[in-house]
Amino acid sequence: MSAFNAIGDDREIDRDEYTPSVEPQPTWCPGCGDFSVLKALKQALPEVGRNPEEVLCVTGIGCSGKLNSYLDSYGFHTIHGRSLPVARAAKLANPGLEVIAAGGDGDGYGIGGNHFIHSARENHDMTYIVFNNEVFGLTKGQTSPTSPKGHKSKTQPSGSAKDPLRPLSMSLTAGSSYVARTAAVNPNQAKEILVEAMEHDGFAHVDFLTQCPTWNKDARQYVPYVDVQESDDYDFDITDRREAAEMMYETESALYEGEVLTGRYYVDEDRPSYQEEKRALGELPDEPVAERYFDDDAEWERSYDLLERHT
Amino acid sequence: MTTDELIWRIAGGSGDGIDSTSQNFAKALMRSGLDVFTHRHYPSRIRGGHTYVEIRAAGHDVQSRGDGYNFLLALGDSFARNPQDEAYYGNEELKPLSENLDDLNEGGIIVYDEGLLDEDDVAELDLEARAEENGWHVYPVDLRDLAKEHGREVMRNTAGVGVTAGLIGMDLAHIEDLMEDAMSGDVLEANLQILQEAYEMVDEFDTSHDLTVPEGSHETEQALLSGSNAIAYGAIDAGCRFISGYPMTPWTDVFTILSQNFPDMGGVAEQVEDEIAAAALAVGASHAGAKAMSGSSGGGFALMSEPLGLAEMTETPIVLLEAMRAGPSTGMPTKPEQGDLEHVLYTSQGDSSRVVFAPGNVEEAYEQTRIAFEIAYDYQIPAIIVYDQKLSGENTNVDVEFFDREPAPDLGSTLTEDELKEAAHDASGKFERFGYDDNERGVSQRSIPGQQGGRYLATGNEHSPVGHISEDPDNRVFQMERRLEKLEHIRDDLDEGETNQTYVGPDDADYGLITWGSSQGAVFEAVSRLNDEGHSVKAIGVSDMMPLAEDELVEFIESVDEAMVVEMNATAQFRGLIQKELGRYGEKLTSLLKYNGNPFEPAEIVESYEIRLDGGAAEPSAQVRIEPAAGD
Ligand SMILES: Cc1ncc(C[n+]2csc(CCOP(=O)(O)OP(=O)(O)O)c2C)c(N)n1
Ligand code: SF4
Ligand SMILES: [Mg+2]
Repeated sequence: MSAFNAIGDDREIDRDEYTPSVEPQPTWCPGCGDFSVLKALKQALPEVGRNPEEVLCVTGIGCSGKLNSYLDSYGFHTIHGRSLPVARAAKLANPGLEVIAAGGDGDGYGIGGNHFIHSARENHDMTYIVFNNEVFGLTKGQTSPTSPKGHKSKTQPSGSAKDPLRPLSMSLTAGSSYVARTAAVNPNQAKEILVEAMEHDGFAHVDFLTQCPTWNKDARQYVPYVDVQESDDYDFDITDRREAAEMMYETESALYEGEVLTGRYYVDEDRPSYQEEKRALGELPDEPVAERYFDDDAEWERSYDLLERHT
Repeated sequence: MTTDELIWRIAGGSGDGIDSTSQNFAKALMRSGLDVFTHRHYPSRIRGGHTYVEIRAAGHDVQSRGDGYNFLLALGDSFARNPQDEAYYGNEELKPLSENLDDLNEGGIIVYDEGLLDEDDVAELDLEARAEENGWHVYPVDLRDLAKEHGREVMRNTAGVGVTAGLIGMDLAHIEDLMEDAMSGDVLEANLQILQEAYEMVDEFDTSHDLTVPEGSHETEQALLSGSNAIAYGAIDAGCRFISGYPMTPWTDVFTILSQNFPDMGGVAEQVEDEIAAAALAVGASHAGAKAMSGSSGGGFALMSEPLGLAEMTETPIVLLEAMRAGPSTGMPTKPEQGDLEHVLYTSQGDSSRVVFAPGNVEEAYEQTRIAFEIAYDYQIPAIIVYDQKLSGENTNVDVEFFDREPAPDLGSTLTEDELKEAAHDASGKFERFGYDDNERGVSQRSIPGQQGGRYLATGNEHSPVGHISEDPDNRVFQMERRLEKLEHIRDDLDEGETNQTYVGPDDADYGLITWGSSQGAVFEAVSRLNDEGHSVKAIGVSDMMPLAEDELVEFIESVDEAMVVEMNATAQFRGLIQKELGRYGEKLTSLLKYNGNPFEPAEIVESYEIRLDGGAAEPSAQVRIEPAAGD
């Protein structure tokens, strides 16, 4: 018998369940793209058949980090840049959980960049949503790793001399087995991509373009957008690493020339997740670690039985 | 120097197999009924560089390294950078012999490998004259030749052990048994033959020494363990089944032991990208319902500051280890120091609420690791074990039955799904994880993700009962005071249980020595020697650093005329802590400090005490510093 009966509970799930019936109401600025992530997630979760108490949403710090304040599930609002290591461990301790990590472009591509690379490399079975608004929102508009070259802000008064980071390419190179970009202005695609990401067995990275009208001034920043799967102008195989890499490069460059390309960029269904790899090595138990503490009949190993090597 | 002890030093290059050889030799001595204590000295290099292990063995209890030593087995460094000519670093090959002479006691024995070491080089050491002067007994033996004859050159160690046993009249049976456990086939055969031949070879020597192997017996079976073993085993028995880390000396030892054992115990070990991640993973695993641990040494622990604060604020139980080494910065990576006390007590922003233990020996390391887990999970607070390179690596014998204990895997203050049904929820159905009622001892029960009826938000921001970010002043004051209140209850619990502080010496002694962590062994030996010499001295070894063992310290300090705080750092951090927490005793506490990279030897403490008693004018002969009390 499980101590975690929310996990695998097959009931019908209403999307309203994810909306807290009492406070807090979102405090994001009017027109902020972050609303769209919340909405898409609330739609996607019932579709993948997950109820609020088997979902752990782990966020970093930033406007984006408030996601789990407004999503009625288990949540962990961590510290700046560290959502991924917290989320990874929770998944290892209890693999039955639906683990979603989320944060901003500063959070995930800047201060937490090392965790991003390694989580992708290891292919942890989880979804990682980056609210990419090309700016540090919460700290009032400073230049972020994805701000365009020349971006002027209070801390870059002459405009940034740095080329922006290429999140999709970096994700692919690091090892993510699902990479997509969607935009707040495209709610249907956003929901579908989140569903795919959650259903994917492995590290699914979604770069979510979320306009920040407060600091980037243009609420219509990501309009119009193009879905690369639907457009006749683009034809590439998302299971082919080379073709995916080229398409990503083009997409990243185009964004700074005013053309918003979105869609699925790379999927590798064959690569085993980290959890599977670790289990195959005998390093991840079949019974979740967390389950055992609630099992009164569990037999706990003792150091006393290891002493032979010391006598 | 007492002669009823063997203090054997095996010296060679790192990579010469000194560790495994000494480990087996120490075990053989233990099996023959002796108490043993090992001390490891090594440079921060993988191959080459002079290294030694010292084994002290006696028929009586030994708690620290001795003063000097009385048997040198100098193998020479076969990984020396410039074996033949004098390089910038000096003659490295010879160092295992040349650099160990200063500490060798009068009447000591020297065996060196004349196969590896050049005759002319040795001649330059003036060994004969020095031997004459110090009453040393020198036996050059061609260990390399003997090893090569039956096996390979690396078996020089075995030849050295055989000669040692022959010279001190030690039976080979235990050594042979241990070799049979560790090796097989041709390798075993060759080693056994080399051992035997080396042993018999001694019969032809013209011997002049009178050192023999001490006699002793144990009533119960003994195990040879290091502080790192003990911490790892304490964690296993406390039900810890998750460890995350990044290698750093000396914390790596515990990380390695648990990484090797967890797969067979249903546990998970993760080597991750950095220490920020390591600590954050421990937080995540604990949040999801595992008993979790991480750790590092000074620099890596600095990276854990922010996740540590997150654990405090979200009340996520974790145990962290801080294996100190000499700082600041990269400092001296393989040398012990107790310089990170303040770092561990105060790092991370805001008012800290954490528990810190500093075990004084191998048994305490085991015991206090268990207690750390118990408190961490009961009170939902981070608990830190601060120890050092010395305790980490020193091996000593412990009664096997000491470990015959029930495991304690309880998850502490955690609700089950049934209990959650009765718990308070807000109008949305969110569990009031940080509610205003039912907070006995400042603890609010937690739920675990995946449980029905337990959803809430954990956040490093100040938060309301269900975990919403909140800056409401009343809520803030309530939550802050509740979190801090735990420490008082933890102190009460600790005072009610068996004390973690250790005492030696007569209750009514006039003078007190106060120490913490791994300096305890040397201090305790000094106390017994001083009392034997007619002085009136006692000591306390403190382990409860936060919450500090205040009552016990007050009682101890009040009972003596003056107390000297002995610690391995330059700024008297523990003395500072005592004065800060107790708000007095500035004129009553003096310090004995050592920070040259080597742990205290008992004789240094004895001498410093005597200087202090004489008014403190004299210069200590060792590299230690006596710092007078305020107003002195
Ligand atoms: C260690 C640390 N450094 C800096 C900050 C201040 N800080 C909070 S959010 C943030 C950046 C936010 O930008 P982003 O991650 O892109 O999130 P957004 O607000 O745009 O969603 C910074 C620098 C912090 N909280 N912690
Ligand atoms: S500052 Fe920008 S990112 Fe933050 S809530 Fe306002 S609009 Fe959204
Ligand atoms: Mg941003």
